[in-house]
Amino acid sequence: MIIKCPHCGPRDLAEFSYHGDATLTRPDPASTDRDAWNAYVYDRTNPAGDHREYWQHSGGCRRHVVVSRNTLTHAITDVRFAGERK
Amino acid sequence: MRRYSGFALVREAMRGHKGWGQQWSSPEPKKEYDVIIVGAGGHGLATAYYLAKEHGITNIAVLEKGWLGGGNTGRNTTIIRSNYLYDESAGLYDHAVKLWENLSQDLNYNVMYSPRGVMMLAHNVHDVQVFKRHIHANRLNGVDNEWLTPEAAKEYCPPLNISQSARYPVMGAALQRRGGTARHDAVAWGYARAASDRGVHVIQNCEVTGVRRGGNGQVTGVETSRGFIGAKKVGVVAAGHTSVIMEMADVRMPLESFPLQALVSEPVKPCFPCVVMSNTVHAYISQSDKGELVIGAGTDQYTSYSQTGGLHIIQHTLDAICEMFPMFTRMKMLRSWGGIVDVTPDRSPIIAKTPVSGLYVNCGWGTGGFKATPGSGHVFAHTIANDNPHRINTAYTIERFNSGRLIDEAAAAAVAH
Repeated sequence: MIIKCPHCGPRDLAEFSYHGDATLTRPDPASTDRDAWNAYVYDRTNPAGDHREYWQHSGGCRRHVVVSRNTLTHAITDVRFAGERK
Repeated sequence: MRRYSGFALVREAMRGHKGWGQQWSSPEPKKEYDVIIVGAGGHGLATAYYLAKEHGITNIAVLEKGWLGGGNTGRNTTIIRSNYLYDESAGLYDHAVKLWENLSQDLNYNVMYSPRGVMMLAHNVHDVQVFKRHIHANRLNGVDNEWLTPEAAKEYCPPLNISQSARYPVMGAALQRRGGTARHDAVAWGYARAASDRGVHVIQNCEVTGVRRGGNGQVTGVETSRGFIGAKKVGVVAAGHTSVIMEMADVRMPLESFPLQALVSEPVKPCFPCVVMSNTVHAYISQSDKGELVIGAGTDQYTSYSQTGGLHIIQHTLDAICEMFPMFTRMKMLRSWGGIVDVTPDRSPIIAKTPVSGLYVNCGWGTGGFKATPGSGHVFAHTIANDNPHRINTAYTIERFNSGRLIDEAAAAAVAH
């Protein structure tokens, strides 16, 4: 798998660390809603198909990126810096 | 069912092996069943078998989208052990080991259970402390596990390199003598044959595409590639695809699916007497009865449903194997493959009722489900038949993540995560 880092260009998978599902929204830190926190911390869509996920280019520029990847084919359709909202 | 025996073997040998017949039937699906099991792997077939044998429920269909035992049952490294840390785990996994011990007789099918011993290597002070803690915890739960010095480990497994000049020298090992291996395909086939004999319908090439629910939310059946099939109860035992099936019933699961790779070498004469695992250098190895070295490691880091993984994971695994067993440095590897494993946050399975009435789930076995096949099927059958968990799987709920009562076996898995 080759991930095209927006800063460094196309690099091998081995340079990246996987940081999990990027589709979740963290509840308000002051929230005491146990179900909301449970859903955020543990429950996952875990789709067979298109997925958005955090990776870090830990063996390169160390930027965090959001990768749009198909979990069936490993085809990557979009990579952008984390924080740049779609 | 045609009983298998030495006598039957001799008789068939005299008659050109023409009288064996089919091991299980392949009926057309009926319109409705009492119970539908989604997934004809080891766990699903075992569930159907114990439902029929112990609970008298025989109007069952086991639906499989591919072929029988073609998922993780056919894609694992066949290791059996029960040396887990927590009481709940000891109860569940040792229940399975006890069933393994008599499984071939029970099924009248040789599953080739071989309690050759599982040895887990300690390479640093932390490993030594953790394994000794495991040994004490196991013994309190009546699970055999003992501490070996490096010399004793070498004596038990002569190919082991215990040299102090190794990259990660062996400081000792924990040995579970009742641990070992079994023949993965025979487990699926044996359960399918015994279940089919009791009237269970094993239906292959039948993919579940939806879960239908009635007005009160109760499950009424499943949509499949071969049409709608009604059922009073549905048990999902779909391993890596559990999240996908459960989403059809609007249940979000605390699961992620990862590729887990394994590989085998060319077959050689018997040279490796037991199973050896190492969390620290990240590999495990045994020798199959066919002579191949069976080697596995940790999951790939990213979620996937592709049944393939990265080559660098295999290379890392083989680096570790060659360091521990220098005699294997010139072995040629024949095949590698990946399975899709569903991993829970605490690395313990979920065997439970769900928020949907009539829907049950047995999943989250992660990297180590094969060993539990008989025990998993046994307690899941109890859960479905009684609409209530067995004493052994009471703690293995979905709600444990919400309540905080985790069964945190992350450190006890075959390899570090």
